[in-house]
Amino acid sequence: MPQVLSLAAAVEATVRDGDTVAMEGFTHLIPHAAGHEVTRQRRKDLTLIRMTPDLIYDQLIGMGCAKHLVFSWGGNPGVGSLHRFRDAYENGWPHKLTIEEHSHAAMANAYEAGAAGLPFAAFRGYIGADLPKVNPNIKSIVCPYTGEKLATVPAIRPDVAVIHAQKADRAGNVLLEGIVGVQKHAVLAAKRSLVTVEEVVDDLGPRSPNAVVLPAWTVTAIACVPGGAHPSYAHGYYKRDNAYYKAWDAIARDRDGFLAWMKTNVLEAGPEAFAKYARQHAAAAE
Amino acid sequence: MAEYTPTEMMTIAAARALKSSDVCFVGIGMPSAACNLARLTHAPDITLIYESGTIGTKPNVLPLSIGDGELCDTALTTVTVPEMFRYWLQGGRITVGFLGGAQIDKFANLNTTVVGPYDKPKVRLPGGGGAPEIATSCGEVFITMSQSKRGFVEKIDFFTSLGHGTGGDSREKLGVKTKGPTKLITDLCVFEPDAATKEMTVTSIHPGVTREQIDGNTGWKVKYAAQVAETPAPTARELEVLRELHARTRRAHGEAA
Repeated sequence: MPQVLSLAAAVEATVRDGDTVAMEGFTHLIPHAAGHEVTRQRRKDLTLIRMTPDLIYDQLIGMGCAKHLVFSWGGNPGVGSLHRFRDAYENGWPHKLTIEEHSHAAMANAYEAGAAGLPFAAFRGYIGADLPKVNPNIKSIVCPYTGEKLATVPAIRPDVAVIHAQKADRAGNVLLEGIVGVQKHAVLAAKRSLVTVEEVVDDLGPRSPNAVVLPAWTVTAIACVPGGAHPSYAHGYYKRDNAYYKAWDAIARDRDGFLAWMKTNVLEAGPEAFAKYARQHAAAAE
Repeated sequence: MAEYTPTEMMTIAAARALKSSDVCFVGIGMPSAACNLARLTHAPDITLIYESGTIGTKPNVLPLSIGDGELCDTALTTVTVPEMFRYWLQGGRITVGFLGGAQIDKFANLNTTVVGPYDKPKVRLPGGGGAPEIATSCGEVFITMSQSKRGFVEKIDFFTSLGHGTGGDSREKLGVKTKGPTKLITDLCVFEPDAATKEMTVTSIHPGVTREQIDGNTGWKVKYAAQVAETPAPTARELEVLRELHARTRRAHGEAA
């Protein structure tokens, strides 16, 4: 059963130097507060996996926590480039970053294979595309029934999956609603998991019998961090802070400006800094 | 006649290409504007699908990201991302996919990965995302891009997604059964693939645009169809609906309308 811990203790218990880490959330429920805590604890040599690296990995990469990135789309959605990711990859700042690049379909399939305990995923993909020429992990297989050639990728099996969810009950069962992305798959594929939640409640409350629930025994650690997905959002709690995503472009463009921002807003802050977004936007989300 | 911008003409021309019976895989930005304009004008029953998992979504404002809450709130249903790519896209349930890119060649192959060599890029672009499989799994593909010599090039630096390959029966040879890019809609004109060579060929020119402008903003020698139409100018209603949609979007994203 998972323990409900402080965010600092939960990260200490689940994320280690050199780990392969998947922080997931497809635009929605991105575990930003957990990402900040990993930065504060100065984790290093991480292999970061994520379909859409987004601001959360731009921050971790810019702070030197990552050595390798596995991804399928590395931009600031609707805005432009991830400047810290590009600076690391193109110029080696703050140090060299290597990449393994896939398509969304490949990564979604690879997470599902990981959750299913399979060694690889087969799918109809990458036809006529150049990625298989530059990523040796993309291979192919011939269907034994039809003879069709299908693309294959290795299953994703992270050391730790980190996600954000709406609620957990006191027993540690976790409920996700809205755009649920690949989070369930990532948690089930990983050896360990950390879930931050908007609230811990006595009972998960009224829900569809088909709601996405991670039973307590599939989760390693839980931390209650209201607002912890900001500037991403938590369906039913607060909206995506689109203005923040736009503002990030200028913050991340310049190395010194980025470091100063991280010092003030991450290194010298704590998870309680996220609470103001939960409250502020709860009213706006009505 | 109402005044309009080249980008508005491009968006409206793309919207007109969509039908109520289409099931459309929508990308962020221009495709999202075009698809929702179609839904709000001549194609009210169009099914819009965003790769974040939202099916049959009817957003009141355009999303900034592929997974804004607005998309989920107004969707018929929301599925997981693996289900989206496996059952709905790979399963062959999408009639039209929208793509764009940093570079395109005359066979509508697209690059959104790198400018320059892959290992030592001049510019590292965001990458393919859903594009490699959208390009081959959707019934057909519409591409929207502003035309420039930088983007419309003889040879793209990286094949992020397959268009018509090297032309002719390239797609069939690779075992692909879908049509691929059937329309390339720019701010100047509309290209469609030649029946035999599959080279993207100008079939319609937007009002007031000259062939010299098209040639001057294309990095290959442009071919024109035997019969080139003039794209009908945007109607007052198309412009009104599109501008209202953008104004609502700016207000919702916290900008001055």
